[in-house]
Amino acid sequence: MSILVVIEQSDGGVHRMSREAIAAGQALGRDLDLPVSALLLGNDLSSRCETLQSMQLHEILKVEHPLLRSYSSDGFSQALAQVIQNESPKYVIAGHTYMVRDFFPRVSAKLNIPFLADNIAYRVDGDTLILNKQLFSAKLAADFVPSDDGSCIISFQSAAFQEDDVATGSEVTVREVAITLDDSSIRSTSEEPFQEIAGAVDLSSAEVIVSVGRGIGKEENLPLAKELAQALGAELASSRPVVDAGWLEGYHQIGSSGQTVAPKLYFALGISGAIQHVVGMKGSKNICVINKDPEAPIFELADYGVIGDLVEIVPKLTETVLGVKS
Amino acid sequence: MKIAVLVKQVPSGDSPLRIADDSLWVKEENVSFITNESDSYAVEEALQLREKSGDGEVVAVSLGPERAQRAIREALSKGADRGIHVQQSYPYHSDPLEIARALAAAMAGEKFDLVLSGLQSDDYGFGQVGVILGEKLGMTTATLVMATELSDGRLMVKRELESGWFQWVSLTLPASISIQSGINTPRYPSLKGIMGAKKKVIESVTPENGDKPAQSISKVYIPQKTKRTEMIEGTVDQQVERLVQVLKKEIRII
Ligand SMILES: Cc1cc2nc3c(=O)[nH]c(=O)nc-3n(C[C@H](O)[C@H](O)[C@H](O)COP(=O)(O)OP(=O)(O)OC[C@H]3O[C@@H](n4cnc5c(N)ncnc54)[C@H](O)[C@@H]3O)c2cc1C
Ligand SMILES: Nc1ncnc2c1ncn2[C@@H]1O[C@H](COP(=O)(O)O)[C@@H](O)[C@H]1O
Repeated sequence: MSILVVIEQSDGGVHRMSREAIAAGQALGRDLDLPVSALLLGNDLSSRCETLQSMQLHEILKVEHPLLRSYSSDGFSQALAQVIQNESPKYVIAGHTYMVRDFFPRVSAKLNIPFLADNIAYRVDGDTLILNKQLFSAKLAADFVPSDDGSCIISFQSAAFQEDDVATGSEVTVREVAITLDDSSIRSTSEEPFQEIAGAVDLSSAEVIVSVGRGIGKEENLPLAKELAQALGAELASSRPVVDAGWLEGYHQIGSSGQTVAPKLYFALGISGAIQHVVGMKGSKNICVINKDPEAPIFELADYGVIGDLVEIVPKLTETVLGVKS
Repeated sequence: MKIAVLVKQVPSGDSPLRIADDSLWVKEENVSFITNESDSYAVEEALQLREKSGDGEVVAVSLGPERAQRAIREALSKGADRGIHVQQSYPYHSDPLEIARALAAAMAGEKFDLVLSGLQSDDYGFGQVGVILGEKLGMTTATLVMATELSDGRLMVKRELESGWFQWVSLTLPASISIQSGINTPRYPSLKGIMGAKKKVIESVTPENGDKPAQSISKVYIPQKTKRTEMIEGTVDQQVERLVQVLKKEIRII
């Protein structure tokens, strides 16, 4: 019985969420008294392997294969499924990254084992491992339990565990693990990744950000937010639905698929606080929220919260701010 | 081109969410159900792909209780050709593997070229059902799709990566792809569409009792608040006054 943490690369190094996953794996290992190993999949793994060697791990498993040179869902899902079959870890752990979303469900399907995805915490109750997951965009939460037999795959949400908590060690043994992959089983080809944001405003250096969500209601209400931003000398940002609707350009979007910011003030107007938004702004020094729903999860992050209709409050606020400033 | 589009009915975002007595779900009285947000984008993408390829069929598929037929009917009124409703009774499946297996059993005989799903459901949010279904049906898969193009019998998809990056991936057919919101502008059903949808066929399928679930919900609860938030109360004028004071004296940005 063991725990296997799947490591993803990012900019040639170990992905932040993989480090968090190691912290998660180590915590679970301590609670269940299980050894924790890390798994590297791909090609040219030496630098990542070196990083991992300074962590407290039982082993580093290395799967190198020319067909894993670039990521493919076909290749990576077969490779991981084979490793799980051969090594029979009790728990396979990873960060809930976009790549994990892309191929882990297929591993679960190939092996008919559970994939408990996107958890915020776990707890052990007797012999049972219970995973906590957000439901309804964080408005509710639920305990999930895996069926009791066989391996089980678990992913954790960004920041559920802290990379600072990774226990250090030294000279972890590396073991090469062989897999077989057939050329014809990789049915996709990928082009180079690219960034699209032309004329982008870099919001990461903004001191003050006024951010609008779907709660703004309609495009005609956008000036309310723009005027407040202007009065506060702030940059304008938004949640995804505002960009999806075409009301603002993509570079205004804050969140996992947009920008990450940490201003002195993040003023959230009509934003519910879904995790994909929150990861982009939770580092803000002060968070002010106007939302009409007292149960909106964004209040969990707020330093200052106003329950109310932004259409009513914002224009008055702008007016008063301008009055104070002049 | 034979296209399936998965549509799930979920509680609307502004519905009051109260936990059911068995703690496995929410009380459904007073909840209004709508088509899952990313599924609406998937429906639109399916219709556009059919329109571009000139012929073909779009089949809307939903697993759920009786009310799930409304989500199918909505897709039909926008232009989907027919529907498949996979029946399910309470308590609902809370395992993406089990849900995808039931859908796969109902869809396997259809030999779809393409399955479109939303990238995640707004209620459970597993982000898995469309991908598992693809694997079970022997298809290629891709997630977080922000554009599609058919060429030479292959499907090109623009995948969203983290932090504003994208990548084009070319897949063989058949393929199952999950659609990210914002890929297109979903149409509204026309009056003619709504009338026409009444004549379209929804086939109802009762799944056989399959394998036991690989995971399940044991309890739904209200998350605990831990952060100390100053809630600014009073009339709008009082709220504004306190906010300005906070901005000036505490955060000191004006
Ligand atoms: C893989 C993936 C990536 C994603 N990437 C991102 C991302 O980068 N950024 C992002 O933001 N989202 C992202 N999302 C979407 C995210 O999950 C949420 O759907 C989105 O953040 C919700 O935006 P919102 O809060 O504006 O809208 P909603 O969730 O609809 O919330 C609107 C809020 O406005 C309030 N409101 C309504 N009317 C008023 C009023 N008159 N006055 C005051 N308040 C009002 C409501 O109470 C509600 O809380 C992603 C999702 C996935 C699955
Ligand atoms: N019960 C269902 N009926 C039809 N489609 C579903 C169902 N559950 C999930 N899906 C599809 O799979 C996608 C991902 O769902 P999930 O894995 O629950 O996040 C959804 O956006 C739907 O397109």
